Amino acid sequence: MAMYLTPEQQEILDGKKGEVMQKVMKTLVQYGEIFGADKMAPVTSKYNHLVTSFGLKALGPVYELMNKLIDAGAISKQQFSMDPRPLDKNVPSNLIMDLVFKKFMYSRQDFYEGQLEKLGLLNKDAFTCACYLDQVGNKPQKGEILSWAESSAVVYANSVLGARCNRNSGIVDLMGSILGFVPSFGLLTDEGRKAGWIIKIETTKKPEAQLLGSAIGMKVMEDVPYIIGLDKWLGTELTDEACTYLKDFGAATASNGAVGLYHIENLTPEAKETGKDLIKDGAKVYVIDDNELKRVYESYPVIWKNKDAKPKLCFMGCPHMSLQQLKGWTDKVEAGLKAAGNKKVLIPTVFTAAPGVLKEFEKTPYAARLKATGVVTSYICPLMYMNNPLAGKMPVITSSNKLRTYTTARYYTDDEILNKITKGDK
Amino acid sequence: MKEFIGRVVAPGCVKAEALVSHGGLNTLASFQKALQFGDKEATCGDQNNPDLYGKKMKGKALCLPQTIGSTTGGMVLYCACSMKRQPACLLFSKPIDSLAAAGAILADVWLDDVKMPVVDSLGDEFLNYVKDGMTISVLENGKVVVE
Repeated sequence: MAMYLTPEQQEILDGKKGEVMQKVMKTLVQYGEIFGADKMAPVTSKYNHLVTSFGLKALGPVYELMNKLIDAGAISKQQFSMDPRPLDKNVPSNLIMDLVFKKFMYSRQDFYEGQLEKLGLLNKDAFTCACYLDQVGNKPQKGEILSWAESSAVVYANSVLGARCNRNSGIVDLMGSILGFVPSFGLLTDEGRKAGWIIKIETTKKPEAQLLGSAIGMKVMEDVPYIIGLDKWLGTELTDEACTYLKDFGAATASNGAVGLYHIENLTPEAKETGKDLIKDGAKVYVIDDNELKRVYESYPVIWKNKDAKPKLCFMGCPHMSLQQLKGWTDKVEAGLKAAGNKKVLIPTVFTAAPGVLKEFEKTPYAARLKATGVVTSYICPLMYMNNPLAGKMPVITSSNKLRTYTTARYYTDDEILNKITKGDK
Repeated sequence: MKEFIGRVVAPGCVKAEALVSHGGLNTLASFQKALQFGDKEATCGDQNNPDLYGKKMKGKALCLPQTIGSTTGGMVLYCACSMKRQPACLLFSKPIDSLAAAGAILADVWLDDVKMPVVDSLGDEFLNYVKDGMTISVLENGKVVVE
């Protein structure tokens, strides 16, 4: 079925606004037609958020495309935040890594950030995957239509905030902002937001967010899960603690599978409003108990060359940590060190968060306390740090299931990480 | 020999050797190292995909259920195409996902000299039947011949 286009949209497709705009339009029309979109929907959020934040030398074709857009005046109608930067001198590295990162891998970073400024970058601090946190300020309202791409932000915006966004790809995210509309299909529609899976949580304790998200993501892939029984552990209000949990949970569903939206009974906005009417007829059922989480945990491959190697680095914050997490982990690290009779963490440890969150954190007494434990804070993208042969060979540990999925980092639960960095547990 | 019919997402004809992923293809994890470090054969770097890990993807008829993972996926696929390190074709047993679709469309619209036929909805039987090394012919009408 051909998509309905307004006369203005048809003119763009016919090339009356130039060849580049024609190609932008053609891209989104083809994209929509594949998924049965019947029309374009106006983008209604204040800001966009783009996924491609790294000036990787290897992404030359992307920069060429960006130049075509800039030269043709095809810039974003909205300002936008970006995923995190790939470099930060605060993060431990050796001379060779510095050379590889700056001179080889990310040698186009400054150039690319220059392109982003021309295209509509919000500000120089707008680099984080958790753009929806209050300290960053790119927090869409319920029902708003977005043209975002970052998978962890899309699933959070859809599920926790009730905004509407498909799991767009990098570049396509920007094109929606250039045109000011996106094809209406999938998670933009009421039908596309219905659940094809019922997930029953039957654990005997609060499930680890990153582990639960991984289990669900791997099971339902791109489908929408309706989760029953998690409100027992998270409550029925979207408190800071619940939102932080859902941030990490959602990132794991999106990276270990391809989830763009989940509903949690009695907690997330659409589940609260509509309840079980969100579940499609014939939905499949997946029961998660302690044994299932154990099975999933034990299924992760450990790809370190020496599986017993002493970790050289610990990354926390993929997606970026919230202010509440930074404070909570400061307490936990201090207590862990005290219990073990240690003064500093035993493994170099980096907590990553948005520049805006780190600024707020620095204003609190927690910042000095965390620094005293030896933990470093950074705005870096751990994923971008890890994706090279040098860092890839390092035994790095994390409680992020996204980082585990995309890199050689080894996953441990939050408690295990705490014991390793404060007590040196093997 | 067996024939399967799917939906044409990106048109074109090609004959190539099959490379099969029974799990979802994580595009970023699979292509990133190859693009970053000049691997012209596009060796799959996804440690979580035992079917593909360490195998050359360039020029192969990549058979898969769908793609998963980071939403940079479409952009990564576009870059692979632009750098001429793409598979000969992508053949999906399921309806195509939004990231793979974006990559295929970006390549189709923005690159003049690259062809990567894409067919989806070939069915579970297709993925059960096809094995690494089989010869695959993709025809214009979405017909896929496996022998």
